Amino acid sequence: MANKLIVSPSPHVQSTQSTATIMRDVVIALLPALVVSTVVFGTGVLAVTALSVAACVLFEYLIQRFLVKGSCTICNWSAVVTGVLLAFNLPASIPWWIVLIGAFVAIAVAKMTFGGLGKNPFNPALVGRVFLLIAYPVQMTSFPAPVSGALDALSGATPLAAVKHGVEAGIVPMQDLLLGNMPGSLGEVASLALVLGFVYLLWRKVITWHVPVTVLATMALFAFVVALSRGGDAALLWQFPLFHILAGGALLGSIFMATDYATSPMTVRGAVIYAVGIGAITMCIRLWGAYPEGMSFAILIMNSVTPLLNKYVKPTRFGVK
Amino acid sequence: MGGVHPSENKLSRAKAIEALPLPEVVQIPLAQHIGAPATAVVAKGDKVLTGQLIAEATGFMSANIHAPISGTVQSVDLQPNGQGVRQMMITIKREGDEWVETIDRSTELVKECTLAPQEIIAKIKAAGIVGMGGATFPTQVKLSVPPGKKAECLIINGVECEPYLTSDHRTMLEHGEELLVGVTILMKAIGVRKAYIGIENNKPDAIAHLRSLAAAYAGVEVVPLKVRYPQGGEKQLIAAVTGRQVPPPPALPIDVGAVVCNASTTYAVYRAVQKNMPLIERVVTITGKGLKEPKNLLTRMGTPITTLLEAAGGLPEDAGKVINGGPMMGRAMVNLASPVTKGCSGVTVMSGRDAERKTAGQCMKCAKCVEACPMGLEPYYLSKMTQKKNWDEIEAQMITSCIECGCCQSTCPAYLPLLDWIRLGKQTTMGIIRARMAAAAPKK
Repeated sequence: MANKLIVSPSPHVQSTQSTATIMRDVVIALLPALVVSTVVFGTGVLAVTALSVAACVLFEYLIQRFLVKGSCTICNWSAVVTGVLLAFNLPASIPWWIVLIGAFVAIAVAKMTFGGLGKNPFNPALVGRVFLLIAYPVQMTSFPAPVSGALDALSGATPLAAVKHGVEAGIVPMQDLLLGNMPGSLGEVASLALVLGFVYLLWRKVITWHVPVTVLATMALFAFVVALSRGGDAALLWQFPLFHILAGGALLGSIFMATDYATSPMTVRGAVIYAVGIGAITMCIRLWGAYPEGMSFAILIMNSVTPLLNKYVKPTRFGVK
Repeated sequence: MGGVHPSENKLSRAKAIEALPLPEVVQIPLAQHIGAPATAVVAKGDKVLTGQLIAEATGFMSANIHAPISGTVQSVDLQPNGQGVRQMMITIKREGDEWVETIDRSTELVKECTLAPQEIIAKIKAAGIVGMGGATFPTQVKLSVPPGKKAECLIINGVECEPYLTSDHRTMLEHGEELLVGVTILMKAIGVRKAYIGIENNKPDAIAHLRSLAAAYAGVEVVPLKVRYPQGGEKQLIAAVTGRQVPPPPALPIDVGAVVCNASTTYAVYRAVQKNMPLIERVVTITGKGLKEPKNLLTRMGTPITTLLEAAGGLPEDAGKVINGGPMMGRAMVNLASPVTKGCSGVTVMSGRDAERKTAGQCMKCAKCVEACPMGLEPYYLSKMTQKKNWDEIEAQMITSCIECGCCQSTCPAYLPLLDWIRLGKQTTMGIIRARMAAAAPKK
């Protein structure tokens, strides 16, 4: 027989998606927001992002090579995703050495310690961000004003911080909320660009709609009830919920961070419970907590619930009533 | 719920069924159905006629086997099968084409069937008919509704959700009328008034053809189904047609009142009951992207796979894998000289690059396998717990419900061998369950 035939058990079909194509798709989905952010805050955005990505990839490479002594994992693009997401959670004016520390915490502490991709219990980029937020609170909350210089009333403070200090939610024009013309972490401001990324991820079948939509719907509902209880005017009833899902990290967090494979539940039902938790905790922190923004804390808290949800929330078994 | 949609690649869908010239030598395995192997009733040197019984069913769960050609029995001995495992086979060398007299070889349609249900089932048993979709479950066993159970409907499986395969499709198109008579015979055998023919929407010609014919048959309805592998899985098909889910094993389709029969099998039932034709030939799809001419070949049982490959233009240079069946559930072959059997609906040739398994990575918990599992299981977890030999846990997580459709593994972006592990875990668990039942059973 001329041919040497391969013998293996079925199925003989493999996915056209791979870990690398999925991670690359996430990076592609983040690009529109990167472009908008560069327009809003200037080229510092690109420097921070490039540094963060380079540092994350380098740390993963070194740890895998010299500590784990395993096959190289940087080709799966997951370190790039962590790098971009970490950068997106930083102010554009952050000192370079803080970026390095954040990248180290994200990759070395939050990811590789647990065995790398798929084994980390907490979202690496968020662990990096929260570490920096607690260790360097001043640098982490000094946001550059948008280059176009709108919003004098808010300069330096994010819309969420302003509202926390008593400013009316309606003060930020809707147009600026959508386009990202406001102070904030460099990747979180560009609402429309983030939604574009969401659509891309859905189209490429990288994520499903359940988590992002449930997080945002929970937040909107929560805000609506609060607005109702405060008895404000009718305009506030829609402004307040809309403000909360467009301001701060709600879109970035719900689309790109809460959907992280390793740290979110494996079943649709589990994922919905997880997403409701994220939405509710975020709103509690925003409205009654010490911080103006609570998305990263909420996601990390619900990350810790994920193993429990995986254990107790099972898929609907075929034939079992 | 669940499932995947692999590329359909129905290359031979427009190719009419073509009769393969009679083979010179055939090898007939005694075990080509689920259950006990048949017992040979011929010996070396015997002359046999086409359609003559050469091996008898051994007990209830077994099936008769007939000579697919006329000639001399050369040997009854161990021969390697498609997987290279040695099996008892009867080898016959052809001499002419002499048929058993009682077999009606005309193509004239015989609609009338005056036999009683028991007589129909006896004829099906005599003809050695088994499920031709690949599972090879003896058909008369399926039709013998156990006491206390009641059949409510018959479902004909014309889904053919496996990529590449088109043998059922062509049979439905070219033998629609006979198939419908077969449906009425089966309805009579199990005593039901309602029959559904489930066909995936990717075969609109077959749906339209059978619909127009079915109008003349009372109680027969064609049900178009969503194109979604494994829509043709027995449990998936019953759920899609009747809305009822068969409970986990050991429950059977009859527990929800359904009897399912494959389309080609139904045609074989027609031929057995109306024409006295035993199951000695079937349509085999020979297909693959590298093949010169994919075809649907009417093939006598026992014909070597190599003969089919030659009829399709020969094994391509770059062939990497030859699969008995389709790419989702078929079995890779090592021995291409092995024979076509009753359950062989197709032979798929994959080119080298497609045939190779990609290097497995690390699970990133993407949950695509959980989403794809049509049985609502968690493949990633069952695979991991099998590796940890946690048999109690995989039993509790219902590993025995796995139908081994392969959706999980085919959707995994890390290329993990999920089903390899799950098969191992399932077999081990079933062994444990059997041992436990044996220990609990009263001592004789």
